[in-house]
Amino acid sequence: MKKLLKLGTAAALATLCGTAHLQAQASMDDPLRDAYYENLKGRKVVFVPVFMGLDLTEGWSKIMARQAKELGYDYEVRNSNFNTAAGAQTLTSLISEKPDVIVVQNPDVQSYAKLLQRAEKAGIHVIQLNMKTNYQTTGFVGADVELIGEKQAEAAVEKCGHSETPGKVLVLAGPPTSPFSAYMLKGYENILNDNPKVNIVSVQSTGDYESSKAKSITQVVLQQHPDLCAILGVWDNTDVGTAAALKEAGKTDQVLVTTSGGGGELACKGLRENMWQYYVSYDVPGQGRDLNALIMAAMQDKNPVGSTKTVLYTPLVTYTPETLGDERCWTLDTLR
Amino acid sequence: MDDHTDNSQAGAQATSRKGPLAAMMGVMGKGGFDQLRIVTLLFLVIFVLYAIILPGFFSVGNLLTLMRTVAVLGILGLGMAVVVIGRGIDLSMIASLAVPSALVLTLAARGYGVVPSLGVGLMMAVAIGLLNGILVAYAEIPSLFTTLAVGIGVAGIGQIGVFDYEIVSWPPVLDGIAWIGRGSIYGIPYSVLAFVVAAIVIDTFLRRTRLGMFCYASGDNPGATRLAGIPLRPVLVLQYIISACVAFFAGMVLAASSASMDTRIFNLTWIYDVILVVVLGGIGLSGGRGGVINVVIGTLLIGTIMNGLTIMNVSFEMQNLVRGLVLLLAVLADSLINPRNEETAQQGDI
Repeated sequence: MKKLLKLGTAAALATLCGTAHLQAQASMDDPLRDAYYENLKGRKVVFVPVFMGLDLTEGWSKIMARQAKELGYDYEVRNSNFNTAAGAQTLTSLISEKPDVIVVQNPDVQSYAKLLQRAEKAGIHVIQLNMKTNYQTTGFVGADVELIGEKQAEAAVEKCGHSETPGKVLVLAGPPTSPFSAYMLKGYENILNDNPKVNIVSVQSTGDYESSKAKSITQVVLQQHPDLCAILGVWDNTDVGTAAALKEAGKTDQVLVTTSGGGGELACKGLRENMWQYYVSYDVPGQGRDLNALIMAAMQDKNPVGSTKTVLYTPLVTYTPETLGDERCWTLDTLR
Repeated sequence: MDDHTDNSQAGAQATSRKGPLAAMMGVMGKGGFDQLRIVTLLFLVIFVLYAIILPGFFSVGNLLTLMRTVAVLGILGLGMAVVVIGRGIDLSMIASLAVPSALVLTLAARGYGVVPSLGVGLMMAVAIGLLNGILVAYAEIPSLFTTLAVGIGVAGIGQIGVFDYEIVSWPPVLDGIAWIGRGSIYGIPYSVLAFVVAAIVIDTFLRRTRLGMFCYASGDNPGATRLAGIPLRPVLVLQYIISACVAFFAGMVLAASSASMDTRIFNLTWIYDVILVVVLGGIGLSGGRGGVINVVIGTLLIGTIMNGLTIMNVSFEMQNLVRGLVLLLAVLADSLINPRNEETAQQGDI
C-alpha cells in the first residue's frame, strides 16, 4: 500500500513539473525586475516633518509608508514637533546614521540649509517637501507658493476691483521666515501692485499658523475697516479662525476669503459652510505620488549625491463653490 | 471686585519685604507703590495715548474686540494666579486647555453625546491637576519641573493617535453650547462674560472661602501654615486641580470661539503670555500675594498694547519684541518691589 502511495505521489509531481515547464516556455523574465527589487532591500527613508498630526503630514506619510511597505524598504518618521532646534538635532544625528534618503519639511528658509548641505556631502539624498530652504538638494516636491499667491490675489481683484473706491484687502501671512509667507506675499504683490483698485490695508502674521490669532487679527481689522472686501489667508487650518471672526461679525457674505492647503476634507467642508469661497489646493495625494517617484529615483541614482537636482512643482487645483459638487477632497481613509 | 481690601492685604504682607524701589516709593500712599498701581497707571497712560493718536481705538466696538481677544488669556491667568499665590507655577496649563477640550470635541463628534463628552473632558482636567498636585505636594518635586513634564506628557496624548489630527474641528453636535465662545448678548461677547464669570468665581474662592485663605497662607509661609494645623498638601493639590479645570473651561471657550481646537498651541508661546499677565498684574512669583484684580489689570494692559499694535499694522516680530520687553520689565519690577530674602530663598521658590 505504501509503495503504491509513493508511486502515486511521484506520478503527480512529475505531471506538475511538466506543466510548469510547458508554461515557462510561453513567458519571459523581465530583465529589470530582480535588480529593481534587490536594490531596495535594506534601504532606508526617513521623513522629518515640522509636525505630525496635520492632514498634510499624515497624508504624505501614509503615501510614503505604503510604497515602502510594498517595495520592502524601511520607512521611518522623526517628528520635530514644531521645534526647529529638535529638527536640527534630528538631522544631525541622521547625518551619522546615514539613511539612503531624507525627506524633510523645512520650518523656514534658513535653519536647515547648512545641515542639508552636510547630509548630501555625507552621501544622503535629501528631498525637500513643500517647504524648502534656500539651498537646493536632490529633489524638491511642493507647491509653487508664488503661484498660489497670484491665484488668490486674482480672485481678490475679481471681487474687489470693480467699485469706485479701492477694495480693502487684509493679508494673513504665516510665520515671517517661512517660505509660505515670503513667496506668497511675492505672489500677491505680482498681481496687486499693478492694480490700483485694490488696497492692502493690513499685513499680519498669524504666528505659527494659529487660528485664534487669525481670528483676533480679523476682528481688530474689521473694526477698523468695516468695509473690508477680501482676506488673503495662508492655510485652511488657520483660516478656520478667520472665518469664525467673519461669522461672528455677520460679514461672511460681504468678505471674500481665499485660502490654500492640501485639499483635505477641511477644504470641502469650508466651501460647503461658506468659510472660504476660493481655495487653492496643492493636492496631497498628487504630491505624495511625486514624492514617491523622487524617492525611487534617488534610490536608483548611481551618480554622486547632489549631481542631479529635480524640482517638481505640484499642479495646483482650485476649488470654488461652483466646483464643489465634484467632492475631490481626500481623507486619510480615501488616500490610496 | 474690590481692589482696596485685596491690596491692603497684599500691601501689608509686602511691607515687611520692601525693596529699594518700594522704600523709595513708600511716600506714594498708605499701601505703598505696589506693582498693581504701577501697571494700572501704565495701562491708563497707554490707553489714553492710543485713544488720542489711533483713530478708531476708542470706540465701543474696538474696546469689546480688545476684551474679546484677551478673554481666554485672562481666564487662563485666573487659574495661574491661584497656583502662583500658592508659590507654585503651572506650565501644563496650555496642555490642560488643549487636550481635554479636544477630547470633548472628538468624543462628541464620534457620537458619545454632549454631557458624557464634557464629563470625560472634565475628568481628564481633574486628573491632570491631581497628578500635578500630588507630585508637587507629596513627592515634593518643584512645580516648575513637575508641570513642565506633565504638560509635555499630556500634550503628547494627541500624538499617540487619540485624535485623528492635531487640529480638531468643532462638531455640529456641540453647537448647543457653542455660545460660550461665540456671539454676544446686548453687544457684550459671551467670551468676555465667560472671563467675568470666571473672575467672580475665583475672586469669591480666594477671598471669601477658608480654602482660599489657606492658598494665601500656603504661598506666604508653608512652614508656618503647616504648624498652624492647616492641611498644606491637600491645599496645594486643590490649587493645581483648580488651575487645570480653569484651563479646561478656557479651552472650551477658545474652541467654541475659533470653531476648532488646535492642540499644537502647547508648542507656542502662550504659557509665557499667561505668566506675563499674572506677573505683570503684580502677583509676585514668590507667592502669597495678589488676587483677581491683578490678573484683570495685567490682561487689560496686554490686550491694549496688542490691540494698538495690530491697528498700527506693526509686524509680528515687533509685537513679540514688545511683549518680551514688557515681561522683562515686569519681572524686574517684581524683583525690585518684592525682593527675595533669606526666607523665600530657603523655601526653594520657583
